[in-house]
Amino acid sequence: MIFTGKVWKFGDNIDTDAIIPARYLTTSDPAELAKHCMEDADPDFVAKMKPGDIIIGGENFGCGSSREHAPIAIKAAGISCVVAKSFARIFYRNAFNMGLPIFESGALADAIAEGKQITIDSAKGTIAIADSDQKFPISPIPPFMEQLIADGGLMKHIAKK
Amino acid sequence: MGNTITEKILMAHTDLREISAGQLINARVDIALGNDITAPIAIKEFRAAGGKKVFDRDKVALVLDHFTPNKDINSAQQCKTVREFAVEFGVTHFYEGGQVGVEHALLPEKGIVLPGDLVIGADSHTCTYGALGAFATGVGSTDLAAVMLTGELWFKVPSSIKFIIYGKLSKWVSGKDLILNIIGRIGVDGALYQAMEFTGETIDNLPMADRLSMANMAIEAGAKNGIFAPDAITKGYVEGRAERPYKFYASDADAVYSQIIEIDAGKLEPQVAFPHLPSNVKGVSQAGNVKIDQSLIGSCTNGRIEDLRIAAEILKNRKASPHVRLIVVPATPLIYRQAMHEGLLDIFMDANAVISPPSCGACLGGHLGILADGETSVATTNRNFVGRMGHPNSEVYLASPAVAAASAVLGRIASPEEL
Repeated sequence: MIFTGKVWKFGDNIDTDAIIPARYLTTSDPAELAKHCMEDADPDFVAKMKPGDIIIGGENFGCGSSREHAPIAIKAAGISCVVAKSFARIFYRNAFNMGLPIFESGALADAIAEGKQITIDSAKGTIAIADSDQKFPISPIPPFMEQLIADGGLMKHIAKK
Repeated sequence: MGNTITEKILMAHTDLREISAGQLINARVDIALGNDITAPIAIKEFRAAGGKKVFDRDKVALVLDHFTPNKDINSAQQCKTVREFAVEFGVTHFYEGGQVGVEHALLPEKGIVLPGDLVIGADSHTCTYGALGAFATGVGSTDLAAVMLTGELWFKVPSSIKFIIYGKLSKWVSGKDLILNIIGRIGVDGALYQAMEFTGETIDNLPMADRLSMANMAIEAGAKNGIFAPDAITKGYVEGRAERPYKFYASDADAVYSQIIEIDAGKLEPQVAFPHLPSNVKGVSQAGNVKIDQSLIGSCTNGRIEDLRIAAEILKNRKASPHVRLIVVPATPLIYRQAMHEGLLDIFMDANAVISPPSCGACLGGHLGILADGETSVATTNRNFVGRMGHPNSEVYLASPAVAAASAVLGRIASPEEL
């Protein structure tokens, strides 16, 4: 998979309450959740972002609650993928299970400035910054997780078995 | 090479003869939990996959505890979705209305989760049941759907951090203070993907309510699970509740740990986590003058009868400071009834407290205790993220029931010693 998009940068420990506040969890409708994506981290985020854009996080992205509404909100808002230094484990699980591509690259998260364009090549395992020679490696994904993505998420993986 | 208790429980739920940290496994699940926020997505996935029956009607628990009593039409709709599913598939452990309690207080209380179990829940605080010597971890709604279909789920076997805690706890110091102190030491990702195993002489003497508070907040350090080796205290808690066999596991003497952390708890004072991270921890004596608008005593962390007794001991013959909203949330109907019979509710009402029905509402900023712009709450809950209990400009300070009760009286973050 190849993703090219403009990046929106966030700090460490972006929690699921910031990604989708609990006050909006009276529904699981993706379109409704998308309207409030990242609202408590940046109230203007949804107005500013464009489909295909990429979120960059710091350490422990997606910490806190198990709500799958968080990756659903990000995906439904049109964000193509999330790159972070590290992910909280339930968010990591949820993203693979429901098919939101996520990548770990601490070096990129440090080097990139907001608004820049990047290209992620998941097959080659690299992230390139547009208009520069800089390339960053993606931490390898375990083969099982690759299989989950290839199958289209956990439920389709189970159906296949 | 020996195994940790976490590795042993996981292995016992597979057909493997050896297991080690980092391994990806498929394991059988004993109990799978969902609530009124997370279960609707799982149900949608389950139905989309053509699910004709749940893998075992006795092993699924559905608890309508978050936006209940129904806070609005959408919440009512979500509860209806779960209720219809529970009825259609004959789910044994379905709780709502006057039988519902905060899930992580309710399931241990009813003996639904037991030592040696492998429990998954579409709720991050599912790790609470590690207090009983179970492997319990929070997962997402799709994971819950998968387990309801197949009874199995994939796991990565976590490495374990061993905490050796010694020293006698001071009068107002509880399991809540221990876990806040630990999260303050290691940070909100200090145990990322790992198991937190709590041991030592302080733990050996620690009551079950305190163990449940500690395991509950393992997720706040990023952990996959928190766990205590079951002992006589566990047996005393489980006996009379369990209606099926259970098993005690213990770590081998030569089990491998990623890290061993020793803590002298004898010197600990009550702890407070400042906004906006559970790791932003100070001793209560270092809190300074933090004025509060609300004190919330309850939740899956600290809504048990033992917590309410401590709060009542402090609030007896005292009143909440003017303009401080004191909210007490007994976590289950049984706890509510016990508090009523023990006269605790009278003490709370005399202190001008609101007694809430059992609900997760206030803790996650759902309803029944929302903060306005610029307001501050001390809370016995587990998270103090931005906007957690209401307006994005409100603040939450996490503490024990003793500190929350004393703070309610004095109108600022305070130690019971100051009364």
